[in-house]
Amino acid sequence: MVPEPQALTLPAGGASLPAGAPSAGVRPTMRRRISLYGMTFALPLLIWQILFFFFPLVFLVALSFWTVRNFAMQPDFDTVNWATMYGRTVFWQAYGTTLALAAAASVLTSLLAFPAAYAIAFKLSDSARRWAIFLMVIPFFTSYLVRVYSWQIFLSDNGIINVILGWVGLGPFPMLNTVLATMIGYLTLSFPLVVLLQLFSLAFIDRTLIEAAHNLRCGRVRTVFEVVIPSARTGLVIAALFAFILSFGDFVSPIYLGGGDPTTLSILITDTTKSGQQWPRAAVIALTMIGTLMVVAFAAVKFAYKGKST
Amino acid sequence: MSGAADLNRNRAVDWALMVYILLAYAFVFAPIAASFVFSFNSDRFPSLPLGEFSLEWYRAVANDPLVWQGARNTLLVGVAVGVISTVLGFGAAYTDYRYRFAGKQVYLALALLPPTIPVVILGLAMLAYLSRINLSGNALSVIISHVVVCAPFAMAIIRLRLSQMDPALEPAAWNLGASEWAAMRHVIIPFCAPAILGALFITMAVSFDEFAVAWFVSGLNETLPVKVLGFLQGQVSPRINAIGTFVFILSMKLVILAQLLLSGRSARVPEKE
Repeated sequence: MVPEPQALTLPAGGASLPAGAPSAGVRPTMRRRISLYGMTFALPLLIWQILFFFFPLVFLVALSFWTVRNFAMQPDFDTVNWATMYGRTVFWQAYGTTLALAAAASVLTSLLAFPAAYAIAFKLSDSARRWAIFLMVIPFFTSYLVRVYSWQIFLSDNGIINVILGWVGLGPFPMLNTVLATMIGYLTLSFPLVVLLQLFSLAFIDRTLIEAAHNLRCGRVRTVFEVVIPSARTGLVIAALFAFILSFGDFVSPIYLGGGDPTTLSILITDTTKSGQQWPRAAVIALTMIGTLMVVAFAAVKFAYKGKST
Repeated sequence: MSGAADLNRNRAVDWALMVYILLAYAFVFAPIAASFVFSFNSDRFPSLPLGEFSLEWYRAVANDPLVWQGARNTLLVGVAVGVISTVLGFGAAYTDYRYRFAGKQVYLALALLPPTIPVVILGLAMLAYLSRINLSGNALSVIISHVVVCAPFAMAIIRLRLSQMDPALEPAAWNLGASEWAAMRHVIIPFCAPAILGALFITMAVSFDEFAVAWFVSGLNETLPVKVLGFLQGQVSPRINAIGTFVFILSMKLVILAQLLLSGRSARVPEKE
C-alpha cells in the first residue's frame, strides 16, 4: 500500500508530483524525473510547435536578411530589405494608418461592447445569460469572409441600408470603401470576443462591493465608473488588447470593405508576398508588426495588472 | 443574483440596456442572417426588395468542380487537423495537469501562443519555412499549419475538463495497483471522453473556416474558404452566400454536438466538497 500523504500531495487541479513519481514502491524505476510515460504526453505538442511554430518565426528573421536576385531568393546577410522598406514613405504611412485604425477599433469595440456585456452580466436571468453566451459564441464558427461579403450587401450604394434610407427620402450615402466600412469589419471580427471577455471579467466582480456602493448612496453611473470598471480592469484591458491584435493583423476588412485605401501593413504583406518573390521584404513588415504587437501587449498587460499581485 | 434585484431601481435604464442587448445581437447576426436569406435570392447584386426565390446559386456551386475539389480538401484537412490537434492537445493538457517542471512557463507559452499571432504573419512565416523544407503548396502544408493554430484550442478544452476531475482519482487507481498506463486508459481517458470529442469537433470547425493561413500555404490545393476568398476577389457573386450557408450548417452541427458533449458533464460530475 502507498502511504496516504503521497496521494494528498496532489493539489486540486494543478500540477503536482515530479514526473514519474506516482505510486512509490511499486516500480522504483518510475521515480526518475523523466519518464517514458510523461514524455509520451508532453513531447508531441512541444515538438510540433517547435518545428512548425517556433522555427518558422525564427526563419522569418533570417529571411529578412536574404537577398533577391533574378527573381530568386538567396541566403544572405544583407540589411538591404530593412533599409529599402524603412526608407519608403508608403511603408510608414501604412504603419501609421494601421496603428491608428487598430487603436480606434480597439477603443470603439470596447466602448460598444461594454454596455452589452454589462447588461448581460447584471440584468439577465441565469438561463437567459447562458443563452446570450451561447449566441455570442456562434459567430466564431461562421466564416468571417462570408460575413464580410454580407456587409458589402448592406453597405453598397444600392445596398440594403441605402434602400431603406431611400424609403424615407435620405441618401444614398456612399459607405462601402470608406473607413466606416473598415471599422464595421473590425467590429464584426472582434465584437463577440470582446463582449465575452468583458462578460467573464464582470462575472468575477464581488457583488457585495456594488451593494456597498449603493448603500453608501453612490449613484448608478458613478458605481459603474468607480467600482465596476476598476474591479474588472484586468479583463477589460485584455479584451481591448485582443481587439487591437485582431484588427492590427486583419487584411480582409481593409481590402474588401475599406477598398484597400488607405493601405495597411497586412495588405502590404499579402501584396508583397503574393506578387513576386519579395518575401524578404514581406518578412521585414511582418517582423515590424510582431515587434509593435509585443510592445503594445507588454504595455497593456502591465497596465492591466498594475497594482495587483499576480 | 440577489444583488442585481437591488440594483433594478431605474426601469428606463433597464429598458435601454435590454434594447442595447438586442441591437448588439442584431449587429452580430445581421450578416449571418443576410447571407442565409440572399443565398436563396435570384438577384446577381443582392439588395432589397428581395428578388425571386431561387436555388440557382446552390446549383452554380454544385456544378463547379473546383468547389467540390475545395470541399474535399477542406474535409480531408479538417478531419486530419481535428484528430492530430486533439491528440497533441490532450497530451499537453495532461502534462499541464499532472507535472510541474522547470521551463513549464515556456512550454505553456509555446503550446498556447499561436492563435494570438496575426494570421498574415503566421501565413507568411509558414509559407516561407514550409517551402524551404519542400512541404508547401499541398494539403499537408495546410494540415501542418492548422494544427499549430488548433491544438491550443483542444488543449484548453481538455484542460478545463481535467481541472474538474477529483485529483485523488488517478492516485487512487495507482494505489489499487494500476500502472500509469492502465490508469490513463481506464480513468483519465474515460473521464475526458466528452471533452476529447468536443475538442475534436471544435478544432474541425475552426479548420473548416480558416482561410488566411490556408490561402498562403495551400498553393493549388485550395480549401473551400480559400475558394471563397477567390470569389471575393473576383466578380462578386452570391455563390459566397450559398457556400457560406452550407458551411455554416456543417460547422454549427459540430459546435452543437460539442456543446452537448461538454455540457453533459454537469449532470455526471458530482460536486466536490
